[in-house]
Amino acid sequence: MKILVCISHVPDTTSKINFTEGDTKFDKNGVQFVINPNDEFGLTRAMWFKEKQGASVDVVNVGEADTEPTLRKALAIGADNAIRVNTPAKDGFQVAKELAKVAQDGGYDLVIAGRESIDYNGGMVPGMLAKLLKANFVNTCVSLEVEGDKATAIREIDGGKETLTTSLPLVIGGQKGLVEESDLKIPNMRGIMMARKKPLNVVDPIGAEEKTSADKFEKPAPKGDVKLIDKDNLDELINLLHNEAKAI
Amino acid sequence: MSVLVYIESENGKFKKASYEAASYAKGVADQLGASVTAVTINAENNEVLGTYGVSKVLQVNNDQLSKFNADAYADVIAQAAKNEDAKVVVLGQTANDKYVAPIIAVNLEAGYASNVVALPESTSPFTVKRNAFTNKAFNFTTISSDVKIVGVAKNAYGVKENETSAAVEDFSPSLDASDFSVNVESVDKATDKVTIADAEIVVSGGRGLKGPENWDMIENLAETLGAATACSKPVSDMGWRPHSEHVGQTGKPVAANLYIAVGISGAIQHLAGINASKYKVVINNDPEAPFFKAADYGIVGDAFEVVPQLNEKLKEFKANNA
Ligand SMILES: Cc1cc2nc3c(=O)[nH]c(=O)nc-3n(C[C@H](O)[C@H](O)[C@H](O)COP(=O)(O)OP(=O)(O)OC[C@H]3O[C@@H](n4cnc5c(N)ncnc54)[C@H](O)[C@@H]3O)c2cc1C
Ligand SMILES: Nc1ncnc2c1ncn2[C@@H]1O[C@H](COP(=O)(O)O)[C@@H](O)[C@H]1O
Repeated sequence: MKILVCISHVPDTTSKINFTEGDTKFDKNGVQFVINPNDEFGLTRAMWFKEKQGASVDVVNVGEADTEPTLRKALAIGADNAIRVNTPAKDGFQVAKELAKVAQDGGYDLVIAGRESIDYNGGMVPGMLAKLLKANFVNTCVSLEVEGDKATAIREIDGGKETLTTSLPLVIGGQKGLVEESDLKIPNMRGIMMARKKPLNVVDPIGAEEKTSADKFEKPAPKGDVKLIDKDNLDELINLLHNEAKAI
Repeated sequence: MSVLVYIESENGKFKKASYEAASYAKGVADQLGASVTAVTINAENNEVLGTYGVSKVLQVNNDQLSKFNADAYADVIAQAAKNEDAKVVVLGQTANDKYVAPIIAVNLEAGYASNVVALPESTSPFTVKRNAFTNKAFNFTTISSDVKIVGVAKNAYGVKENETSAAVEDFSPSLDASDFSVNVESVDKATDKVTIADAEIVVSGGRGLKGPENWDMIENLAETLGAATACSKPVSDMGWRPHSEHVGQTGKPVAANLYIAVGISGAIQHLAGINASKYKVVINNDPEAPFFKAADYGIVGDAFEVVPQLNEKLKEFKANNA
């Protein structure tokens, strides 16, 4: 089985989010970038397919040269090859079209992407990619087994789970549950050394066009101070929840 | 021209999120001088959508669609959009909406903006405000394609009544075998519990509760309030609670009316996921806990004392205000 894992390069979850150039650009200053958490779960599941079922695992990112350390980290975790499509990621459609070209050229059986990236929270690349490839698609995937060309997946729905069967080629939008938190691998020295020698191929974009543009950003209004309520005066809380918040 | 809205139903019934999507579609239609057409799948009572400004309903009744199926549902919605020559397609942001929207986008060659929190700032260019960076910021996105898809975030625009009379018509999309290549084998859903996605109120517990054996008080409080229960990440990682209750940046997002955090410190990754909730209450014995900076109401105290007392008082309140 040939697996392609789509890696989005996002600010670490603890990052303070700031903007520059009149709030039109995300301020990368002092921000550490990581593999999107949803993709890390997917990549780790791909490693399982590699170890147990002899799958090959490539990783891909659509982005400029500054995303390469993130791809190297994916190689250090155990991916065989990395591909970088050399163009800035502009919107879900453009990224999905660039990824579709890579997926087609490579003849992958399974494409693992994340449910959403934690920067723009688009939640659109995996579904678009699946449709562009005319492949089957399972979103919010929390479990995946593959036997031959048959796949069984569990998807999270609002308030529960659904078990699905389908066949390859398949694209998933994965998330936590695909593997446990404790299965995530921190690359060791050997992995990091090996990753330096693994291929990271830079390919030219097809020049897909975007359909949306993120023009401007705004931070939420600063929050007013918390109203502290004495623990011996819980009626006051109930009063506020009823009359002020109108929440009960 | 019309604005098309997909109205989700469950077992034939509409939900609050459905009425929110309809209300939003009416808002956009007013800006554009257009009318709202809804498409529903195996739903009952389609006339009720008139209350929220829908003037026409395309009702699809088809046994093949009795179970949700993303490809087939997306196909139905895209065909309805073409049928109506819709330039704007509105959906909610339930798990199913998020599953179908990108597929519709490809079917219609349309740009898609998800997690939208307000009516367009302008319709030409078509610019909407959306949540980004997991609620740490807003982003204004312009959709430049001819057809535009908008996913409306839960509890952001709200339900707005706009009395119209809805003409209900049958709509028979053409489906083909390729729409059914992902099959639902089984659904496992607790029907007696309020889900985090649907809940108006969420009661959430953190590591401050010390162990799974202490969750009764969270469940009791939730029951009194008709709330869903949730937890912080370490609580689900340690197996005290199921993963499905994990909320935050890497768990489920919460956009409830009221979020009550018990024994949760308020780490940035936790807050990011729950910040879209309107009112936040924190109960924590450490006045320095960061959650106090994010909350509307706070109680400094031992959860083991405060929560049971609060529950008793709320029961009384409910009994007097029933
Ligand atoms: C990549 C990444 C992603 C993450 N994603 C998430 C996420 O999605 N969701 C999430 O929740 N976390 C997430 N985290 C973890 C997050 O950083 C925190 O570690 C976590 O939220 C802390 O959980 P907690 O508040 O339950 O525990 P703690 O931080 O240990 O806080 C416990 C709190 O309970 C209080 N307390 C103790 N005893 C009592 C008592 N008797 N009465 C009242 N209060 C009491 C304490 O004062 C303390 O404030 C993520 C971390 C990383 C690195
Ligand atoms: N620039 C990118 N390069 C490679 N994969 C991406 C990129 N952007 C998004 N993805 C993939 O698509 C998923 C969902 O992203 P999004 O639709 O942007 O929320 C991510 O988890 C990645 O797997």
